[in-house]
Amino acid sequence: MNFSYYPGCTLKTKAKELDMYARKSAEALGVTMEELENWQCCGAVYPMAEDEIATKLSAVRALAAAKEKKQDLLTLCSACHHVLKRVNDDMKNNEYIRTRANNYLKLDEAYEGETNVVHYLEMLRDTVGFDNLKKAVVNPLKGRKIGAFYGCLLLRPSGVMAFDNAENPTIIEDFIKAIGATPVVFPCRNECCGGYIAMDDKAAAQKQVERIMDSAVEHGAEELITACPLCMYNLDANATCHKLPVRYFTELLAEALGVK
Amino acid sequence: MQRIGVFVCWCGSNIAATVDVAAVAEAMKNEPGVVYTTDYQYMCSEGGQSRIKQAIKDYNLTGIVVCSCSPRMHEATFRKTAVAAGLNPYMVEIANIREHCSWIHKDKEEATEKAVILARTAVAKLMLNAPLTSGTSPVIKRALVIGGGIAGIQTALDIADAGYEVDIVEKRPTIGGRMAQLDKTFPTLDCAACILTPKMVDAASNEKITLYTYSEVESVKGFVGNFSAKIRKKARFVDATKCTGCAVCTEKCPSRKAKNEFNMGLNNRGAIYIPFAQAIPNVATIDPEYCIHAKTGKCGICQKNCSAGAIDFDQKDEIIEREYGAIVMATGFQPIKLDNFEEFGYAQYPDVVTSLEFERLMNAAGPTKGTLLRPSDLSHPKTLVFVQCVGSRCSADAKDGKPYCSKICCMYTAKHAMLVREKYPDTDVHVFYIDVRTPGKNFDEFQRRAVEQYGVDYIKGMVGKVTKKGDKLMVQGSDLLNNEQITIAADMVILATAIEPDPSAKQIASLLTASIDTNNWMTEAHAKLRPVESPTAGVFLSGVCQGPKDVPETVAQASAAASKVIGLLSKDHMVTNPCVAQSNELLCNGCTTCEKVCPYGAIEYKDKPIVGPGVPRGTIRRVAEVNPAICQGCGACTVACPSGAMDLKGFTNRQIMAEVDAICK
Repeated sequence: MNFSYYPGCTLKTKAKELDMYARKSAEALGVTMEELENWQCCGAVYPMAEDEIATKLSAVRALAAAKEKKQDLLTLCSACHHVLKRVNDDMKNNEYIRTRANNYLKLDEAYEGETNVVHYLEMLRDTVGFDNLKKAVVNPLKGRKIGAFYGCLLLRPSGVMAFDNAENPTIIEDFIKAIGATPVVFPCRNECCGGYIAMDDKAAAQKQVERIMDSAVEHGAEELITACPLCMYNLDANATCHKLPVRYFTELLAEALGVK
Repeated sequence: MQRIGVFVCWCGSNIAATVDVAAVAEAMKNEPGVVYTTDYQYMCSEGGQSRIKQAIKDYNLTGIVVCSCSPRMHEATFRKTAVAAGLNPYMVEIANIREHCSWIHKDKEEATEKAVILARTAVAKLMLNAPLTSGTSPVIKRALVIGGGIAGIQTALDIADAGYEVDIVEKRPTIGGRMAQLDKTFPTLDCAACILTPKMVDAASNEKITLYTYSEVESVKGFVGNFSAKIRKKARFVDATKCTGCAVCTEKCPSRKAKNEFNMGLNNRGAIYIPFAQAIPNVATIDPEYCIHAKTGKCGICQKNCSAGAIDFDQKDEIIEREYGAIVMATGFQPIKLDNFEEFGYAQYPDVVTSLEFERLMNAAGPTKGTLLRPSDLSHPKTLVFVQCVGSRCSADAKDGKPYCSKICCMYTAKHAMLVREKYPDTDVHVFYIDVRTPGKNFDEFQRRAVEQYGVDYIKGMVGKVTKKGDKLMVQGSDLLNNEQITIAADMVILATAIEPDPSAKQIASLLTASIDTNNWMTEAHAKLRPVESPTAGVFLSGVCQGPKDVPETVAQASAAASKVIGLLSKDHMVTNPCVAQSNELLCNGCTTCEKVCPYGAIEYKDKPIVGPGVPRGTIRRVAEVNPAICQGCGACTVACPSGAMDLKGFTNRQIMAEVDAICK
């Protein structure tokens, strides 16, 4: 199983563990991640302006590069996944954006949204399969009560992201079961972590983290996992009371597969 | 040779502002067959019509073309004018230069050119028109009402009052419908049962009304005045003539797994049950899906306990065939399913309920005997949050939910809020709303009373999420007027659920070839001017099947539908449309293609002696024959016929070709 891999800037700086453990685990699971050559920053935020083409181009370049290699494009960072998936949808379904982006890029063959953008969790679910993952686990995380924090970027807008049920997702809980731990479902697991306003209104971000931590603790979680570097930063930096340990899901995966 | 008059209407400025009407009239002077043309401000007015009549007489016209609005609007008007002047009504053609021309174009020159073409086309067709004569068909003086809720009951009572027979077919074991489930009714707060059950009794005791409960319409054939319907009377496994409604069996039945539909599944009922105390007919019904005897052949406890000997495990479905002159759709509505609206936690938390469930929780005959107790722990709720527009007014691309306003929710939410505050003054009641929509007599005053007298807290904004914290439901929403995000710790959340047509409506509509819209509401013949008739002749619309309505509006529409039915049934004969298909037997090769495409079953194949040039004497061939009483003139057969034998009177193939030629000239 070979994927084109798009790590993104954060995974080379702040979120090295997210990337490192993902690569080790993939190897253990027989999945080859081929990092794209010359990838550029995804833009970090999906540009909402309909006529804004320039900030979508770097995402299109990555998507077109994967198309050339005839591979699905694997992502890991929630923000990168969000941007790549939505820009890909634009290239497939929005004629205005497709025409303008292609006119600008002048690729050998016009890009029309052919690449599948696959998040690492989706790869575990759909390509490896949680049943097979369970079989590959050598060090099941028995007895650990783990809350999955989804955040917003992976789930919404639900129609385009098509990741999981946005209001009641289960994919990370299924993942937690597969690595032998006990998932703790808590209502605030799909809320915005408040990361986007952390610089602007620290108090509001703190309040939001407090709600999330409260909700997780109340339902019995002893630790949290996430796929998003921004959630990771915010849940850690802005937690006031009830500070639960937060880790990337790949770290626990590597631990369970015995490759940490 | 025809002598044709062309009359060009200005329609005030509707046409004249965009089309040079005088130029159209002038251009028509040169068309073959045209002997007179004129234009006038309002051709449909008294003055316009008398000009037409005068011209017919003065110029010995054999046919007229009126260039005006859509034929749906005034074709009938001008046909009457023609008849008054001694012409055959089918010697009138309408050139639609308003909807098809002036309203959709801006450039006067182009619009005028198009109007000339449309007028010329109508003239070309009229050249080939032949006078047609309408036939008649008898009217069966009995009506069928499908659905036994308040709409169906009211329609049936009114028709019966006028002296005609009516059958009500209701799929549930009792009549009464949704209104029977309501606790109180706005804006007067009288108890629903108190005003509905006397009407149910009236319907049952009226000698002109026959009730077929626990029955469904299986097929309908025929046409206006002459329908014939097959009704399946499902087996109740109880002899309705013997059952006294004592309800002993319903108490003794050991099967308790069936959800009680009347209480919206908030409690269970026996496999043998009477839906509610005032059910009509007051007869038990066995639900074979849950009956232990039906499944295993053992049990029979109801049979042992029935002193009337009414239980009959061998009862079979019965098929009843009846004939009707008119059919009324009164199939009503259901609340939508909320399973996909997970932000409100309806499927997860028992204390999040729909408004209809709440109605049952407040009702003295409900699962809690009218004491408001929340379902999870049967405790008394102190803080209640109502959420309006759940599933209503959703954007068109939303995955779930309806684009329309369900219309009744603002009022029933105000009612619920008021009743709770009235009965339990210790409660805090909050209502999240997008807009409060309360037009209607005494409606806005009613909602304001909830706010001003009962202290209900109305919050403009929607709820984003409902979560659980301890035994509280945390309702997170936005307060748009204060521009803040708020969270209310509530004991119960009540969702004002959107309504949708009863699922049976779609299937019944297709049985009746009556049309439905994209949301499965029944379509009216005209949204404004014929709101209680379906476009299919003889099919009428009563109540919510046509669109969301409250009780007063439903009753008004039900009576309106009844008056239309009475108008129809009071005639001994129907005038039939003479524009029907006709088969040229010399050309017909007996292929049966037309029979297969006819949606009305109007075509039959018969062995007939064929007489004509080149046909040997005594030739008998199997050819198509159209029953003009059933044919609706849709023209499907004329297009399908490979040998060109089928023709539609008034719209013959030659006429259509003449029109095409005129356009292309």
